[in-house]
Amino acid sequence: MRILYFAWLRERVGTAEEEVALPAEIATVGQLRAWLAGRGPGHAAAFALPGVVRCAVDQEFAGPERSLAGVREVAFFPPVTGG
Amino acid sequence: MITIRVQDTDFDLGAELAALTAGRTDIGGIGCFVGTVRADPAPNPVTALMLEHYPGMTEAAMRAIAEQAAARWSLLGCTLVHRVGTLARGANIVLVLAAAAHRQAALDATGFLIDWLKTRAPFWKKERFADGGEAWVEARAADDAAASRWV
Repeated sequence: MRILYFAWLRERVGTAEEEVALPAEIATVGQLRAWLAGRGPGHAAAFALPGVVRCAVDQEFAGPERSLAGVREVAFFPPVTGG
Repeated sequence: MITIRVQDTDFDLGAELAALTAGRTDIGGIGCFVGTVRADPAPNPVTALMLEHYPGMTEAAMRAIAEQAAARWSLLGCTLVHRVGTLARGANIVLVLAAAAHRQAALDATGFLIDWLKTRAPFWKKERFADGGEAWVEARAADDAAASRWV
């Protein structure tokens, strides 16, 4: 699965994207977030405030309960600030 | 006609307006919003903004917002252009044009489009300051409140 990071999440993780092989028990966005946070200190810092981290699954906004079945791409980012 | 673009170059308001209205005689009013890089006064003003986005999702989100506005206000045309990359203070950031038969629809759609772009399209701003420091812009509750008035 392809994981993308934007803005300060990208800076804290230290990469804009990575390819991960998920353990079978990781079935939702919330579980993925917790699992990614355990991959290293940069990841832990990126996900330290879960309430402000937003997510998109296959390029659509998604909440923590969203299933990962059949998903190719998951992105994590702060609340948007365009316009 | 819906036009969506994400680009690092500047946009030309006159050219966008001309493209929106070319050959049309059914349009009665066009709402316009141009967002620019504001440098609040000293002691440490912003010198530039760096705009990052999520290629692919950004364009899809902008199109979905434009289609929603077009349906709700019976728009006759709509143009959304958002710049990315490094933008100096005073530079254009975003353009919204909404064309309708009558002014109220054009003006309301313009307000909706910029409010929803700010809260539902995947762009992120980082500010660079005169002292060389940088900071990500935080989402504002006021922007969410502005967006929620259209729900």
